[in-house]
Amino acid sequence: MSWEPIDELVTAVKAGRISAVELVERSLKAIDENQSYHAIISVLKDNALTRARQIDQAVKNGEDLGVLAGVPFIAKDNFLVYGSDTTAASNILRGFAAPYQSSAINRLEAAGAICVAKANLDAFAHGASTENSDFFVTFNPHDKTRVPGGSSGGSAAAVALGMAPFALGTDTGGSIRQPASFCGVFGLKPTYGLVSRSGVVAMGSSLDCIGPLTNSAKDAAIVLDVISGRDKLDATTIDKDTAGYANTEASLLKGIKIGVVKEYMGDGVNDEVKLSIKRTIDSLAERGADIIEISLPSLPLALACYYIIAPAEVSSNLSRYDGVRYGYRDTEAPDLFDSYTKSRGHGFGKEAKRRIMIGTYVLSSGYYDAYYKKAQTVRTKLINEFSAAFDAVDYLAGPVFPTTAFKIGENVKNPLAMYLSDVMTVAANLAGVPSLSLPIAQDSHNLPIGLQLMAPQQRDRELLGLAMAVEELVK
Amino acid sequence: MTKNKYVATIGIECHVQLKTNSKLFSGAGNDAREAEPNTLVNHIDFGLPGALPVFNRQALVLASRAALALKTKPQKFSTFDRKHYFYPDLPMGYQITQYDQPIILGGKVDYMLNGENKTVGITRAHLESDAGKSTHPAGKDYSLVDLNRAGTPLLEIVSEPDMHSSAEAKAYAKELYLLMRYADVTAGDLYHGNMRFDVNVSVSQDNTLGTRSETKNLNSFRSIEKAIDYEIKRQIEVIESGKSVVQETRGWNEAKSRTISQRSKENADDYRYMPDPDLPPLVIDDDYIAKISLAMPSLPDELRTKLAKIGLDKAQIETLIDANVEISQAGYLDLLDSFAKDSETVKTLANWLVNVDIPLFKDKAANAARDRQKLYSAAIAMLKAAKLSSTNAKELIQRCLTMGKLPQDIESYAETSGLLQQSDSYELSKVIDEVIAANPKAVNDVVNGELKVIGFLLGQVMAKTKGRANPGLAKQIMESKLIN
Repeated sequence: MSWEPIDELVTAVKAGRISAVELVERSLKAIDENQSYHAIISVLKDNALTRARQIDQAVKNGEDLGVLAGVPFIAKDNFLVYGSDTTAASNILRGFAAPYQSSAINRLEAAGAICVAKANLDAFAHGASTENSDFFVTFNPHDKTRVPGGSSGGSAAAVALGMAPFALGTDTGGSIRQPASFCGVFGLKPTYGLVSRSGVVAMGSSLDCIGPLTNSAKDAAIVLDVISGRDKLDATTIDKDTAGYANTEASLLKGIKIGVVKEYMGDGVNDEVKLSIKRTIDSLAERGADIIEISLPSLPLALACYYIIAPAEVSSNLSRYDGVRYGYRDTEAPDLFDSYTKSRGHGFGKEAKRRIMIGTYVLSSGYYDAYYKKAQTVRTKLINEFSAAFDAVDYLAGPVFPTTAFKIGENVKNPLAMYLSDVMTVAANLAGVPSLSLPIAQDSHNLPIGLQLMAPQQRDRELLGLAMAVEELVK
Repeated sequence: MTKNKYVATIGIECHVQLKTNSKLFSGAGNDAREAEPNTLVNHIDFGLPGALPVFNRQALVLASRAALALKTKPQKFSTFDRKHYFYPDLPMGYQITQYDQPIILGGKVDYMLNGENKTVGITRAHLESDAGKSTHPAGKDYSLVDLNRAGTPLLEIVSEPDMHSSAEAKAYAKELYLLMRYADVTAGDLYHGNMRFDVNVSVSQDNTLGTRSETKNLNSFRSIEKAIDYEIKRQIEVIESGKSVVQETRGWNEAKSRTISQRSKENADDYRYMPDPDLPPLVIDDDYIAKISLAMPSLPDELRTKLAKIGLDKAQIETLIDANVEISQAGYLDLLDSFAKDSETVKTLANWLVNVDIPLFKDKAANAARDRQKLYSAAIAMLKAAKLSSTNAKELIQRCLTMGKLPQDIESYAETSGLLQQSDSYELSKVIDEVIAANPKAVNDVVNGELKVIGFLLGQVMAKTKGRANPGLAKQIMESKLIN
């Protein structure tokens, strides 16, 4: 089942041709019918229906309605949402009822969108398969024996399964783009700071970005327009594009310069994936785009750099989960020290503990300079290389992931292999540039293949315009 | 061989609580003194998932004023870092502080000790958020945490190890306190820990520095002095007994008047400092600094010079400088300022303040909120009109400061209280005639040239008028009657 474009849904709701209650019910039905995929952690049925009735009443009263009036959506379960538990798919936050709400959700609700459910993820967004969820693994909508990607695997699967027209995800090292690629949906990681992080369980604060997973670039642009811009609750937020994003149109391909990143098209990439990317790039060239091979020499270091900076920030951000004020607490502990070690020891899953340990290590006195500080130096170098590349080209293109969706359990025993496969997505987070994944083809197993596109910081509008043009091309 | 004398070296870290309306990184109220536990707490102070710190710009204004008070300028670029440790009163598991690039680098504090000018260098000062407060009820199997103070803005001012005695340390701390009060950086309530001092002390017999101890959380000038004296003595005893001083953190036990070992260096935490990615750097420019500088309140040295020009002595000046912030409601210096045009009057007023008003307040007798402008204006007018003797002026002031309510009309109050001076020559002349008649021997002495005895006769006049006779006028009349 698929949804109409968001602007059409909203027009229909506003015109009274379809009610918000009908849309929410359609969404709840799809969630119910697809339970076997384990994409959803909790459903906000009563809240969603109440909200939908309010919107329908407002339509009848002829009130002004927001640009997302009546549109159901699904939030990754690391967004704090009133009236639902926010677990981040972790045992330590199981049963945590959000006493305040994230800014992104506030903005969506103000525009009339309705949160119907919370989606599964790798606990605390640590992973690329949802296999690190402390609750259950989500199945890929195209093949139940495969992962949906991660960490926003639940969100991507939900959109692919038609549970809602859009879902929110978070992307710290590829967590929106990679599951979008695996599930065959559109996923946007905006410029760092474009969407407020307030009220979203933090992973790596200097890398975390919030973005939509949708059926099209156009839908993503509409959602981004609502959630983006400065927020006084997040000091790292920036102004949105003065033209907004909702009215973005497919850009003209003639004369634009697209850089193909040499380091992303190497031997490690699966042939079918590489071929699809090449084909798409060829057809871009046929339409007049200028294709230029680009090298970012520090790119091979990006992954190492990411797996120092991200765990460092993770170890810091997870310090607050100590069992003292909320969340899981071991009540048998005889003293404070034991309460900490037992609450955290039992509350956190393996991957969270692994990252806490790596992060704690690289921040320890005596190791800080060798790891964390050096990683920051590499990060600066990478940012400079990106900015030099963007002097030469308008956009960068390449794969999202070396393969299509892998089998459940295939990489569980080898966390390092799992880390290595993030190689194509982490650089955009380190550099803070906008990046997206859009479905361009399917492999011989009928599994989706995504194309990754990147633009300079704050060129989110232009990037979405290019994505729209590519969508038309691969239709 | 004679032993070299021990020389102490002392550095002080001072945590100054900034008087912002809200906390350093949240909108919750900052004055925790009277609040019920855990009522000044929002999602940021509580360390909820997804809560992000947002910097309070008012803290930057206060830190910039502090920089100017320390005779330097705030840094144009400074950053925040996270300092990690686990404790129930630290909700996020880290404290936000400025480790790498603080808001203040350098500066100095000039102070006087026994008439000598001294200087202590400032190494740095950084902004940071305070932790909450833990209490451990005796005999209970639980502890209590109050997060009202969590997130309160502090400026930690780190001095160079430029002091060598407890007296110097105390004088420095006192001057630092005055600077922060006059620069309007802190409410400076020492009792409530608005300024807390950590003293680093070492002793040595040569030019190399000895191993230091750090005694934490002193909140009075007296305890700074006593803790340092104790530490110097203790460390010398340790060395004299052939042992070595251990680098450690110590606490001060006021009741026992001694420092107590708390934590040695070997057990020191690794705080795993890292830049806080949630907070962009603080960036200010010359215009910003110029604006702060223009609006800077008068600092102690400027006020001292001003008071010295009036002709007050050093002790009077210091009393006024202290009292002006201790009893800030009374507004002593503003009061003096309002009479500044008349130098004699200002001097009189200053004397009244130093000798009557301030001592009364210190005895907890005077009312800080009294309308002093009205009181002292009336007293000065009466004094100038010779309606009031200087003795009775003090009496009037004392009564007016301590009574339940200031009289509506102070002059008529003085009159009904019999404090007004007898300046009527006719009435006074009658009294003097009576005294002359009653004291023939003394009168005889005066007439025979023993002029000193006039004092005795005037005393009799005073006694008869219950102190109300205008002494100058009485003397004049007395002399006109007896001499020539």
